[in-house]
Amino acid sequence: MTSGSDSDALRLKGITKIFGGVKALDAVDFDVRAGEVHCLAGENGCGKSTLIKVVTGVYRPESAEEISLFGQTLSAITPVQARAKGVSVIWQDLALFPNMSVAENIAFDTLVGARPRGVPFAKMHAAAAEALARLGVTLDLHAPLETLPIAQRQVVAIARALMNDARLIFMDEPTASLTQSETDRLLDIVRKLSADGVAVVFVSHRLAEVLDISSRVTVLRDGKLVGVYPTEGMTQAKLGELMTGHLLESTVSARAATGPVVFEAKGLSVPGQFENIDLTIRAGEVVGLTGLIGAGRTELAHAMIGMTRAQGTMTLLGKPYRPASLRDAIARGLAYVSEDRLSLGLLQKQSIADNAAISVLHKLLDRFGLIAPAKKDALIRDWVKRLGIKIGAPENPIATLSGGNQQKVVLAKWLATEPKLLILDSPTVGVDVGARAGIFRIVRELADQGLAILLISDEASEVLYNSDRILHMAGGQIRHSYDPRQTTIQALEAAIYA
Amino acid sequence: MSAFITRLRQNLGTETFGLLILLAVMVTVFSLASPRFLTAANFGSMGYQAPLLGLLTLAMLGPMISGGINLAIIFLANISGLTFAWVMLQFGGAEAGLPAIFMGAVAAMAVGAAAGALEGAVIAFVGAHPILVSLAMMIFLRGLGEFLTKGGDISGFPDVVGALGHGAIFGFPLPLLLFLIVALVWHVLFSRSRHGFATYMVGSNIRAAEYSGLPTKRTLITIYALSGLVCAIAGILMLARFNSVRVGHGEAMLLVTVLAIFLGGIDPFGGKGRVAPVILAILILQILSSGLNLIGANQHLATAVWGLFLIAVMILRSGRLAALIPFRKD
Repeated sequence: MTSGSDSDALRLKGITKIFGGVKALDAVDFDVRAGEVHCLAGENGCGKSTLIKVVTGVYRPESAEEISLFGQTLSAITPVQARAKGVSVIWQDLALFPNMSVAENIAFDTLVGARPRGVPFAKMHAAAAEALARLGVTLDLHAPLETLPIAQRQVVAIARALMNDARLIFMDEPTASLTQSETDRLLDIVRKLSADGVAVVFVSHRLAEVLDISSRVTVLRDGKLVGVYPTEGMTQAKLGELMTGHLLESTVSARAATGPVVFEAKGLSVPGQFENIDLTIRAGEVVGLTGLIGAGRTELAHAMIGMTRAQGTMTLLGKPYRPASLRDAIARGLAYVSEDRLSLGLLQKQSIADNAAISVLHKLLDRFGLIAPAKKDALIRDWVKRLGIKIGAPENPIATLSGGNQQKVVLAKWLATEPKLLILDSPTVGVDVGARAGIFRIVRELADQGLAILLISDEASEVLYNSDRILHMAGGQIRHSYDPRQTTIQALEAAIYA
Repeated sequence: MSAFITRLRQNLGTETFGLLILLAVMVTVFSLASPRFLTAANFGSMGYQAPLLGLLTLAMLGPMISGGINLAIIFLANISGLTFAWVMLQFGGAEAGLPAIFMGAVAAMAVGAAAGALEGAVIAFVGAHPILVSLAMMIFLRGLGEFLTKGGDISGFPDVVGALGHGAIFGFPLPLLLFLIVALVWHVLFSRSRHGFATYMVGSNIRAAEYSGLPTKRTLITIYALSGLVCAIAGILMLARFNSVRVGHGEAMLLVTVLAIFLGGIDPFGGKGRVAPVILAILILQILSSGLNLIGANQHLATAVWGLFLIAVMILRSGRLAALIPFRKD
């Protein structure tokens, strides 16, 4: 464990960055060894992104004791220096050009110039193919980027970084929108880069893969360095505790459901999506539905909320239930928290208040049929208190909230409709560890109050710890039902990834 | 006090204060430049000129907040005016009685709203972009109107109709009164009604609005139907002001309404903006045009100044000179 400056890709000491009087980074040390896979962990707002932006020269720190890149000491990093030294960031949005070809995207930086000139297509394709070969991937170089799935676009972004001779690559939540098998492939690529001598700094909310891929982990909390730890011997629980500062309990919360049947489906099918689904959900019961993406989970939820028409029968509270539309389903007492919070769950441009009130406008009217501001304010105040949502002013844009608090606003919006059945589709995507526990605490409380809940998740641990009964779906069918008290995480994962 | 200001800002929009300052500056400059600016006669004539542009701008507002646009507004107004004229001509033209005028006005509004609703329905159910749909409607209405009128003017209406365009109640111009009533209704519609709320949501993300249980298709149809309705009111006013109908009347105002809307701080991508600053923007454009006219500038120059003015406002809002406009939208 000697760390001579030769083997260090990056050394930062005592970095402080202040925004409007708040220390986003408070005397943080951070170092990455050449060829190492290093994880940067911490909850939202802990300073991870700020640190990346300091390294790439986007932000200039207020004070720094030492900054050195590949053995060269610098007084500050500028964006040009960062690139020249081989520092590259793969942001979550990838910053690629959707309507350009794979090859053009990869070779983009070598093509741009102030003067108009011809593009050497043959050279460009050869270079792009070489960069992909280094990653052990083959893609159609002529395909427009937008026709590629997100996982392959990510590969393009990585290849583009390699074209710029990247020696230190930051990856911001690279697996957030990938399936398990895509994630595995990405992790293989990361290992390949590391073996090639490229250092990779990995930022992820998924602690399991953090521990799997990296050799060391730097934990930040509230802008301060908690510590740097080897991942060998580290557990998810311990890492979660370091990140949040308190113990995270992971215990099976299942109980036997005895309430009346709220929802029942018999022989439900949508050709090409899922077939012959039988599903019963009782009042006060949390039914976990797990399986890989593409197993038909979200499609089943869409049929339940009237977004698609399914064959078979459904009953709600003992009455025949055949929703003609989502509005119809909502009126009958269903609520659906979408897996895509960013573009379907919330209206990012609008205020917290409007996002919470959108589903219950009819309850907020005065005697003239107009929306009463006082009733709207009362609604927000009530739900902020009940769900413990941390907000500034209700008029602030929803985008100012952290993922966890945004998801709580989504919950508030649906709970305000007083649903009988709540469908949660991957409710913790983009929500950090501490906030996840808060959301599942709310889910359990809601079940205790008699709400029927369908919890869809591709993380085995989530359904194991938080549901009363687990259904495993694959290839459009429910394969097996598990009692969380009589199964283990290993057994469950083995079944899912079989 | 601060709670009051917060409420005021929410209701009127953060743009209002900056525009008020701009308005004050312009009034000061023009009143120093021309002794005739601060006179009842000048304000009277503005009171007759501004409402037409104002009504057409309000017709453009809903579609733009919903992230769309209604390029057909002028021809919606023309075709409604034509309907109005046709009904009056069936009942004797200049001799038509009040019931015929009333019927004509109702028919005009029905035609405007129906044509607008058709646009909305195509946008909602076909999913075509509002630019394409409203452009198609614009061309259709222009062709239809020119076919029906053979490209000529239609005139010969009762004097009462002319009074709507030129009359006053206690010295207050009738067109201005009409405009202020519609503006007030629009303010309430967009700040307090469920339809207004849905319009903003559709404008910021129509799929998320749909997933939240809003009736997005009905909202789109209503937005364009209301737009067509206000176009019809503008068309009736246009007939009363010019004492004739011709297809193509007011064509130059189409893009000026878009200018007024951007000046009023409406987000070009939809989802944000208030009615009050748009009203102020209309007032500012009218003052700019009247003021330049009074100091002897060419009318075409006024149009050029409008364009420069919008560029200046965008630079001011860009944040580079943000400190100059207090209460800037953040």
